Amino acid sequence: MPNQRPDGITPSQTVGPYFKYGLTPNGEYEWNDAFTSNLVTADTSGERIRVEGKVYDGDGAVIPDCMLEIWQADAQGRFSDPQDKRALPNSSFKGFGRVGTDRNGAYAFDTIKPGVVPDPDGKPQAPHILLAVFARGMLLHLYTRIYFDDEAGNAGDPVLALVPADRRATLIARKAGSGNVYTLDVHLQGDQETVFFDV
Amino acid sequence: MTLQYPLQSLAAHPARLSPAYRSTVKRSPQKPLIPMRHTLSELTGPVYGHETVREHDSDLTIQAKGEPLGERIIVHGHVRDEDGRGVPNVLVELWQANACGRYIHVVDQHPAPLDPNFTGAGRTQSDAAGYYKFVTIKPGAYPWGNHHNAWRPAHIHFSVFGHSFISRLVTQMYFPGDPLFPFDPIFNSVTDEKARARMISSFDLDNTKPEWALCYRFDIVLRGRNATPMETK
Repeated sequence: MPNQRPDGITPSQTVGPYFKYGLTPNGEYEWNDAFTSNLVTADTSGERIRVEGKVYDGDGAVIPDCMLEIWQADAQGRFSDPQDKRALPNSSFKGFGRVGTDRNGAYAFDTIKPGVVPDPDGKPQAPHILLAVFARGMLLHLYTRIYFDDEAGNAGDPVLALVPADRRATLIARKAGSGNVYTLDVHLQGDQETVFFDV
Repeated sequence: MTLQYPLQSLAAHPARLSPAYRSTVKRSPQKPLIPMRHTLSELTGPVYGHETVREHDSDLTIQAKGEPLGERIIVHGHVRDEDGRGVPNVLVELWQANACGRYIHVVDQHPAPLDPNFTGAGRTQSDAAGYYKFVTIKPGAYPWGNHHNAWRPAHIHFSVFGHSFISRLVTQMYFPGDPLFPFDPIFNSVTDEKARARMISSFDLDNTKPEWALCYRFDIVLRGRNATPMETK
């Protein structure tokens, strides 16, 4: 079939309130999950971590019908995608996860701390996870990043440097206690509005 | 092949704050989004094996013991990039209401019957040419609480992955000629008429299966174009 140049991309529309049985059934519906919130496989190397938090709207109310997706490099900073021309990943770690928030607006991902990924100039970026946020009332998903408060590289990270200093904390997950659990809440709006990126 | 993702292409999308769709008011950011250069993190994306999709996942009419009620339809098309090239081997997911306009989701309490033989969820993977195909039931329109006498036009939700995490798309496929179009704030959140038209499937008589099912074509165009001009020959 000949390729006709399209006159533009297909516009985004909201996931609406009823995506759960199709995208994030998690045992509550008969349909099986294509993806889960646990990215760790038996052969995954790297530091096991959990990232968890809640999602809030502009009234400070939790959002119980939100879908979150993450994309990240492995512990060596490589992506499970042939477009990453560096070394091939050494495990079945896919780097992608999906979760629906629960009735309290809470989410959690079990994954590994990603390694360092270069920026377009070859400068190191601090370890980070990409986060996409979808919900009823969101006509187009939002992109943000999850950084980690115990990474010295944050100070030199070229993307964090673009963010006004007083808003950077919205991107940095904080380690709670002695376990490998990091906490980061997402605020779609309000005084603590999360920094979202125009990508 | 290195793709680039011009921000201008995003103009096709709705504004995040579209007050006629009331839920956007408290769920859209008020501070400016921060522009940044795309790094390897943005320019790569998940790749799936065939293990993600089971054999009958793309036929929503054979997932239960019996056949679902309603009008059986074929929905097919290509997933393409901005240059028109097929996007191969990407996951295409859909979910939808049944023929009566009712979702199996527990929150949907619209007084229309559930169909024990229809869940409304499906998935498939595009082939090497970017082609995908589903068999399903034509969904019904349904009321929602956005404003007085608000009804959603019949639609099928689509979730598609492209070459990168930033080509990710969730959209809704509509049916041609729906009389509810002028009244739906979600459909009309896309302000450009040509862009709205790209969300409407076309009736595909050539691929309609006689004595069995009508066919609709829905081509999905994702972000991503060649960094260098295409060769013409």
